[in-house]
Amino acid sequence: MTTWRVSTTIFRKDLLAERRTKEVFTAILLFGFTVAVAFTFAFEPTAEEARAIAGGLLWLAFLFSAVLGLNRAFARETANDCLRGLRLVPADPGAIYLGKLLSNVLFMVAAELVLLPIFGVFFNLNLWARPGWLLLILLLGTWGLASLGTIFSAVSANTRMQELMLPLLLLPLTVPVLIAAIESTAILLSGRPISEAGLWFRLLAGFDIIFTVLCWLLFGYVIEE
Amino acid sequence: MNNSASDRFSLALGVPSLLILIGAFYYSFLVAPIESSMAMVEPVQRIFYIHLPSAFISFLSFFVVFIASLGYLITRRVAWDWVAVSAAEVGVVFCSAVLITGPLWAKPVWGIWWTWDARLTTTLILFLIYVGYLMLRLYIPEAQRRALLASVVGILGFVDVPIVYMANRLWRTQHPQPVIAGGEESGLDPRMWWGVLGVFVGLALFAGLLMRQRYRLESMRSELIELERSARD
Repeated sequence: MTTWRVSTTIFRKDLLAERRTKEVFTAILLFGFTVAVAFTFAFEPTAEEARAIAGGLLWLAFLFSAVLGLNRAFARETANDCLRGLRLVPADPGAIYLGKLLSNVLFMVAAELVLLPIFGVFFNLNLWARPGWLLLILLLGTWGLASLGTIFSAVSANTRMQELMLPLLLLPLTVPVLIAAIESTAILLSGRPISEAGLWFRLLAGFDIIFTVLCWLLFGYVIEE
Repeated sequence: MNNSASDRFSLALGVPSLLILIGAFYYSFLVAPIESSMAMVEPVQRIFYIHLPSAFISFLSFFVVFIASLGYLITRRVAWDWVAVSAAEVGVVFCSAVLITGPLWAKPVWGIWWTWDARLTTTLILFLIYVGYLMLRLYIPEAQRRALLASVVGILGFVDVPIVYMANRLWRTQHPQPVIAGGEESGLDPRMWWGVLGVFVGLALFAGLLMRQRYRLESMRSELIELERSARD
């Protein structure tokens, strides 16, 4: 029970810090917005093309802005030696991981929910046909990115090349998440039956479970003194 | 460290490696038959005898990284970390060989340098994961912290590989049937297997030699750092 309480406490702490500074959310949101604008210059798609490529554009924008946000998210702990305080918590270090993971997922999903209609307007997408499924993809995909992103942001915080190291580690390992999220989003936006995305949903869920458990077990080594 | 003994170990790997490779290359390049569907581009097909064994060896090396990473986290003995870095570097070298010989072969046979098929993409991602692993090591100056963090990445990276492969397989279902261990019609002439096996054994011994030398270098480096520290104090 104490694990869960430590996790929720850290989650609430991050929420409070975010409410006061609005650092991570704003960074993700503004960067994602800029990327969306840049994409419209790169591609001038017809309505049909837009539906086919929007999944890819959407998830690339989410990925890039997530990297930015994750870098900020852990920098918050390294400043002022906050990490030392966290290490002193007499609980399973995995609990710290879960707390950070939850807050990262929340910030990312919140920013994505604002970015989504912006993309919808820019690329003329019909986002509201099956909002429940879209939300599920968003949640599963973001969880996958955040599961490894949270532990790698802690790893890269220990290096001399902090901002560079995170994407170098995160991008290759999250390729399965990207593929599955892009493909299932494309199926959804182009109006094909959702049953076609069944395998992608299973892949996303499997990835999320495997890496959440693994990172939860390994996190203690990363923040060890 | 007893240098003469370790040299003997390197010799025991190096000499058979050289002899086997000479024999295996002679057999593979001059004796073994040509794969029939590729007969028209005859000589280039023989790059396969380097390509496939290199792929096996790079996968094996990354498996060693995984085991050594686990070993370090469990025992905390720094020797495991030396094994991990040696294997990762050798794995990346052989992975590069796979990525270079692949397109050289693909261009005349398929007409293109590269295709995003599951095995190609997975090999490329594998390369990127372990280059990232080596980059990470470069940027952590303190030995113990480096060993810890690298072990975590070494474990996560290896677990990721089959998932990357699965995702790519689903993504590119239209890719050509693998020639090796694919459907019923695929398969190699048994005589070709002898060539592959010979080169594999020779290159595996050579990879072992490289790892051994790299391991010694790493242990000497750490010894040097220790000596410098005690000289300062």
